[in-house]
Amino acid sequence: MTIKLGVPSKGRLMEKTFDWFGARGVTLSRTGSDREYAGAVEGVDGVDLVLLSAGEIPRELAAGRIHLGVTGNDLIQEKLVQWDQKVEPLAPLGFGHANLIVAVPHCWVDVDTLDDLDGAAAAFRARHGFRMRIATKYHRLVRDYLRRGGVADYQLVDSQGATEGTVKNLTAEAIADITSTGETLRANHLKILDEPPVLESQATLFRSRVADKTDADRVVLRALIERLGV
Amino acid sequence: MAQDIPYKSRVRIEAEAICDGFVAAGAARFETDILLSAEVLLDLYGEDIRARAYVTTDPERGEMMLRPDFTVPVVQYHMSGDGLPASYTYFGEVFRKQEDHPDRRSEYMQVGYEEFGGANAAAADADVFGQFSDALAPLGLRAATGDIGILIAMVEGLNTTEDRRAALMRHIWRPARFTALVKRFAGLTPVPPSRAALLASDVGLPEDGVMIGLRSEREIANRIDALRADAAQAPMSSEIVDLIAAVLAVSETCPNALEHLRDIAVDLPGLLPALDRFEARCEAMVQRGIDVDALPFEASYGRTSMEYYDGFVFGFYSETRPDLPPVATGGRYDALTRRLGQGRENPAVGGVIRPDVVLELGGLR
Repeated sequence: MTIKLGVPSKGRLMEKTFDWFGARGVTLSRTGSDREYAGAVEGVDGVDLVLLSAGEIPRELAAGRIHLGVTGNDLIQEKLVQWDQKVEPLAPLGFGHANLIVAVPHCWVDVDTLDDLDGAAAAFRARHGFRMRIATKYHRLVRDYLRRGGVADYQLVDSQGATEGTVKNLTAEAIADITSTGETLRANHLKILDEPPVLESQATLFRSRVADKTDADRVVLRALIERLGV
Repeated sequence: MAQDIPYKSRVRIEAEAICDGFVAAGAARFETDILLSAEVLLDLYGEDIRARAYVTTDPERGEMMLRPDFTVPVVQYHMSGDGLPASYTYFGEVFRKQEDHPDRRSEYMQVGYEEFGGANAAAADADVFGQFSDALAPLGLRAATGDIGILIAMVEGLNTTEDRRAALMRHIWRPARFTALVKRFAGLTPVPPSRAALLASDVGLPEDGVMIGLRSEREIANRIDALRADAAQAPMSSEIVDLIAAVLAVSETCPNALEHLRDIAVDLPGLLPALDRFEARCEAMVQRGIDVDALPFEASYGRTSMEYYDGFVFGFYSETRPDLPPVATGGRYDALTRRLGQGRENPAVGGVIRPDVVLELGGLR
């Protein structure tokens, strides 16, 4: 048995994760060709690197197939029911910052708060005969947020990409999406509600609470966690 | 040997027996599909139901939902008929995601009984409650009752603007939001800066003038007008705030609750027709042999359940097993028949029993 560490398999998230571990004396690298998702760990024994899509890491942690994993807490909280019973956040990694926010057309000068959104949704439904559509891929988080905010008369419509364009394309009236700088929103004539975000997310190192461990694994895991200083 | 009978068979046997009891009392058997068109259900219940129901897609029929309850199909069936008084009973599986209670079953059996067209609402309420009470009597359950109609009458009777009453009416079923609105209308919470700025200035469209989306400039202007009109109104008085709190806090036996509410109605006469209906129901219950003097009444009961109840609401709970879901719940839903009746309506009251919970408590057979 070895300790399995799941890390995003490509892009800036992978590079910054490698940097973060490297700065703590644990060198992660991809091995083989550029197209092969295999990796190596140096600086600590008994740890296997598993390269995965960031979106799959929550499920792998919850299933106990990896012991540690790096992913955004937005994905953990959206994809795992009762996430805190399945994984434990060990350390925020200080990159991959993004907020899950609700945004409405910039021209909605009367809408800045959830209270406004609810009022506008009531009038919209009365006028158009259907519930105000909010495009998102974060259904659970957004639904909980709007329920707690007391918003009624809306419906979520699924959007797995180019969500900012849905309002202009008349397939949604508002959106809920991840944003880091808000530039794409502004370019699409949208504004963020003047409320706390649905979620503040960043890349985070998580520990699976359910993965099987031998006594030897526990020693390795303790050594790794000590090395990382988390 | 009893323990050799599979669990689901024992639940089904329990369900059949309860259902047979309703048939013996004159109800017709009702059956419906497990896979239902999602459209009507989503439009009625909104995202609350999407969070709790299993939605799937059919290439030809679009979004489909595993039956989350029988109420909508039975109302649709009844409303498509001749409209004469009728009562129905059914049992079958319903499906609900249990994200907040992963230990609870997501597929379980319901037995229902629904009465339509009873011209005497008090008698129909008493009869349905009485049938549930009789059927469940061996289990020694605690009953809870309430009346959403009293809350609706309370809001309708408030001495405030039509818009404020409409806003409160929309949120009767969301207690936290309802309370927040009451506080805002009473001027007890600060106006958000964005709202203050909007009201103070002659806000027009943003400088770039770009209009996107279905919501038109006219709609935006209309809402700003409505907000300005509301801001020009005096805050709701502290007397009104206190009256609302007093009504919502009523929690006593039925006769005491009625007396207490009649005291409140001195300052809120809009309650009176709903209280007369409450009193008539109590009398009908006495006639049906229900011990009304010991029956609890909570004005806030039923506020967080499905939005369709608009009158009498009730539930039966195990006092020894508070970990279990309610054994039975029900209520009056006249407004739902109006929404699904395509121009027609029919008074309706009914409820459901969980035979698996009945079995857990020792069973009725």
